Amino acid sequence: MDVSRQVVLPFRKSFEISVKSLQVRFFRSLITVASLVLAVAFLSFILIGGDMATGMLQSGQPELRSALLKAGYDVNPMPVEKSAAPLETVGASAKERWIVILSLLVCTVGIVNAQLMAVTERFREIGTMKCLGALDSFVLRLFLLEAGMQGLAGSAIGALAGILIGVLAGLLRFGFDAVIWLPVGDLGLSFLIAIGVGVALSVLGVVYPAIVAARMRPIEAMRTQE
Amino acid sequence: MEQQAHNIVRVTEVTKSFKMGTQTIQALKGVDLTIRAGEYLSIMGPSGSGKSTLFNMIGGLDKPSTGKVFIDEVDIAQLDAYELAWLRNRKIGYIFQTFNLIQVMTALENVTLPMIFAGMNNDEATEKGLELLGLVGLRERHAHRPQELSGGQQQRVAIARSLANTPAIILADEPTGNLDLTTGEEIISLLQLLSQERGVTVISATHDYKMLSVSDRVVWIRDGRIDKIESRDQLNISVGTIASKDA
Repeated sequence: MDVSRQVVLPFRKSFEISVKSLQVRFFRSLITVASLVLAVAFLSFILIGGDMATGMLQSGQPELRSALLKAGYDVNPMPVEKSAAPLETVGASAKERWIVILSLLVCTVGIVNAQLMAVTERFREIGTMKCLGALDSFVLRLFLLEAGMQGLAGSAIGALAGILIGVLAGLLRFGFDAVIWLPVGDLGLSFLIAIGVGVALSVLGVVYPAIVAARMRPIEAMRTQE
Repeated sequence: MEQQAHNIVRVTEVTKSFKMGTQTIQALKGVDLTIRAGEYLSIMGPSGSGKSTLFNMIGGLDKPSTGKVFIDEVDIAQLDAYELAWLRNRKIGYIFQTFNLIQVMTALENVTLPMIFAGMNNDEATEKGLELLGLVGLRERHAHRPQELSGGQQQRVAIARSLANTPAIILADEPTGNLDLTTGEEIISLLQLLSQERGVTVISATHDYKMLSVSDRVVWIRDGRIDKIESRDQLNISVGTIASKDA
């Protein structure tokens, strides 16, 4: 078989198809993304809470330190090596960490479930594409692209919501001190971490459903029942 | 083209059995069939006769349990996934009972998709897509999505799509099954026109008797075997409306 007779799907075209597919199935995508938005919002809420507490501690104001202790934060003394003044950090409690991990796990399972449903709904479409000459890799790529975009949008919304709620909660609890000492760099980092984790989970969650879709035999397109 | 001379599809001693739980069901019990290039062939038979199984075999969608299927003298059992995709993309155009247009795409995008897979650039594909839509009389409706088109219109888009990469074979699975009588007749005469003017081999699985009058040959399948093969002049079923239209 000569090279000019390849079967191809340019990346730009697969991107176009994915975007269109998301637009048309907007409501379906919303449901798929909902659990991701919530989990990422929770993650970024916890992260931003930590950032705020650390900022307040490192402000060196003793009354803020005692306010934090009173509010139930665990203050860990940082190993003093380079800095003259001992810097303290606020560690997320083990319980908090576990709840975050658990929520992310539950969210991933939710994504796998929603995507498997989506694949089932699209059996006919996938089968048809294969009859038209699509390779397994085309189908795989379409699903991964869609999940990536869903992940990016969902995590961005979730991360923003988490930060917003976190800041509001901080304001209510500690007043303006919470925001004044909040390091912008840490805030940005937390935002990026939340988005990164969200996109990774979204793509991770679609891997198995996408493989199921890609391996489907074109004969499925011939089945007459819905 | 030296079409009349060569065999586009050759099926030799094909059997196919499925496992249904503990039972093994033999859908095909040894079928031999040769289809000439440019022919309009209908496969008729009641449901459960093995008609669909044979049809899927011919289309390279399924592999036989024993025996061989050759498309253009290539044994399809020998092809890898990549070559099969190529075959489906270039050699065969599929038409389905349920139209199977991709719902999220417009008529034009549906028609151009196989050309994109074939590596054609966008402008060229659009031009050819519009031309094919013109051929089926839907050029003006190229920007419509499938749900905005009637059943007959959707099937015509599907026919345009099946012609995208100028295939040698068009496989039509009950193409009129979901259409009313008149629309079905329109689709049949369109398929006939294509086979006559473009020399495409049309193979259709059907139990629509309207199909008979346009077929060069009809293969009757019964109980996993070929019951009889009739050529057009042997057919004596009256299909008044179509026959008079063609005359």
